[in-house]
Amino acid sequence: MSDCHGASTSSLVSGPNGASSAHKTIALVGPPNAGKTTLFNRLTGLRQKVANYPGVTVEHHAGRLHSRNGAEVDLIDLPGIYSLDPRSEDERVTHDVLRGDMAGIPRPDAILLILDATNLSRHLVVAAPVLSLGLPTLVILNMADDLRDRGGTLDTTELSQRLGVPVVLASAAKGEGLEPVFEFLDGTLAVPPPSGSPFPILNNLPSMKDVPSCRAWATRVSQGAWKAPMPSVWSRRLDAVFLHPLAGPLIFALVVVIVFQAIFTGATPLMDGVEGLIGDFGKWVATTLPESSWRDLLTEGVIAGVGGVVVFLPQILLLFLFIGILEDSGYLARAALIADRTMARFGLQGKSFIPLLSAYACAVPAIMATRTIENKRDRIATILIAPFMTCSARLPVYTLVIAAFIPERPILSHLLGTRAAAMIGLYVLGFVAALLTARALKSSVLRSDGTPFLLELPSYRWPTLRSLGLRLYDRAMVFLKRAGTIILACAIGLWIMAHLPLTNGKPPEIRDSLAGSIGRTVEPVIAPLGFNWKIGIGLITSLAAREVIVGTLGTIYGIESEDDTQGLTAALQKDLTPGGAVALLVFFAFAMQCMSTVAVVKRETGGWKWPVVQFSYMTGLAYVCAFAANRIVTAWLG
Amino acid sequence: MQISGNSQLAHRATLLDLAPGEEATLAELSLPEEIAHRLMILGFVPGSSVSYTRSAPGGDPRVYRVDGADVALRGETASHIHLERRM
Repeated sequence: MSDCHGASTSSLVSGPNGASSAHKTIALVGPPNAGKTTLFNRLTGLRQKVANYPGVTVEHHAGRLHSRNGAEVDLIDLPGIYSLDPRSEDERVTHDVLRGDMAGIPRPDAILLILDATNLSRHLVVAAPVLSLGLPTLVILNMADDLRDRGGTLDTTELSQRLGVPVVLASAAKGEGLEPVFEFLDGTLAVPPPSGSPFPILNNLPSMKDVPSCRAWATRVSQGAWKAPMPSVWSRRLDAVFLHPLAGPLIFALVVVIVFQAIFTGATPLMDGVEGLIGDFGKWVATTLPESSWRDLLTEGVIAGVGGVVVFLPQILLLFLFIGILEDSGYLARAALIADRTMARFGLQGKSFIPLLSAYACAVPAIMATRTIENKRDRIATILIAPFMTCSARLPVYTLVIAAFIPERPILSHLLGTRAAAMIGLYVLGFVAALLTARALKSSVLRSDGTPFLLELPSYRWPTLRSLGLRLYDRAMVFLKRAGTIILACAIGLWIMAHLPLTNGKPPEIRDSLAGSIGRTVEPVIAPLGFNWKIGIGLITSLAAREVIVGTLGTIYGIESEDDTQGLTAALQKDLTPGGAVALLVFFAFAMQCMSTVAVVKRETGGWKWPVVQFSYMTGLAYVCAFAANRIVTAWLG
Repeated sequence: MQISGNSQLAHRATLLDLAPGEEATLAELSLPEEIAHRLMILGFVPGSSVSYTRSAPGGDPRVYRVDGADVALRGETASHIHLERRM
């Protein structure tokens, strides 16, 4: 299956040799919140992949499905659009792909246009420019279940005659009514005959430039064929609670606390399980294989290095599970609303909030998500502060150091313990650094007039297990791929450097090895922070990616210790002072230890200027604050 | 669409004057063309009806219901969106 999806993506995105002409390319188009991603997941399942268009920054999903007659169809999921106005980058990409102007992507053979049936009159506005392209189009009116439950009705036959294209009513979340989609892909779905309807729509589509006439057109098309559902009672009731002047912010705070506590304590048994398995596997390899350098490379380098990072998989998946639930349920948009006032105080806007929130998972997609911010200065400010948000790659480092240095004690009975509190503190630290940096930027080099904050609030929906499952699968694959490439390469490279130069055919003490001498070279610089040369090696390797330091320390202590029973936590306790431990946490909170982020900032800002400024600023801040933290903690503990 | 004098502007009702639950008809958007375009795409089209749902905790931004959807905007933006004189 993975072969198949790899091949499908390459043929979709880069196939210059015409290999893709063998199958049809179908574009999936629709406004935000119409359920486009749900439908895409429903149709393609696991045979999908995230990719980038050549030359532009917009990311898209591409996937493959088998139609009922066995033909393979490539499906491209285009960014959500409100119009086909080429002013914003998202809409320009959709526009270019649909017109066949996007290099490397064949012009789609057909379009699946997905609209929200409960919001038809507003969503139909997008139909006008899409239909005027003249491609075979199937209009899928999603959220049929919601429409029915709230007393709305829809006449698909009438609507299809008015639009001149087939129209189906479906529920992507429940998987209802999707059979006609497959018939459409097979070309067996009946296209409505050009009727004598009073809507000569295809010849007379309004231009998107004239929004009022587009809206009037949409109203005319839906009139009589669609009965608007009652406003969702549940959304209204939930908003009354979640946006309540007192309860709203309290619930917001409670959600944050619960998420962190669950990530920290809920993941522990799973992580212990994975750690035990990896440990047993290492011992089994050590006792089964004959003694050789290869065996040592495998146990000390690969298993200790990569295994030390893989242990954190359950925790990272738990974080993504919560982000997924918050996003899919519709709560995230309310959280952005609650946060907007605070963001405004720092010169930002609610639109910056969503990229910043996804930066808690990873700064790379977050920086790509800033393209929804139209104001260029606001966008750069958001890009510059996004890496301060505590991404999931920091979790392994934080977890390790906190577990080694902070004893677990309850603060608020079972709800909050010292370790979760320390973790929340680090998240707050990154957030505060981000906000203060934003304020400094927005009142100096990136000053700009306030861009209006406009946010459509989606209805609340139950997150589906299917969509959450796909998200987690996606993240697990990304994480394991990193573990199998960057982290594996670093682990092997480090192990080799820790065993050279050979003297009389024997590896040196790690202190005298190549890695050790690099560590000792940087030691004078980092000694004021309370770090020794071993941490120094970790800081250097973690320039590739933050979590690499955990693997590196695993390898170093693995080589160093006489017996392999000594855990990483115990080794750290012996090797770091409490002041150094706090300094290490602070350093990782601020430093931009991530090559992928540097690369994506360079690409998004179109040059080296901003990534260089950002890297220097973050590293400088990390150094100064870690130094201060070391001094304060050491003085305090006396 | 041009506004002739500021004194006239001061007397005209805007979205800010709506009480929670109150409904009115949109008259015009005194905002730069690009912002007005985006607002119109979201449903703030002159002549259509709009109601004030609620505000976020702290009073800002505010949530308005237009054309079957809830859209949030800051009071600053809402103060430039004018309403028809009520009956």
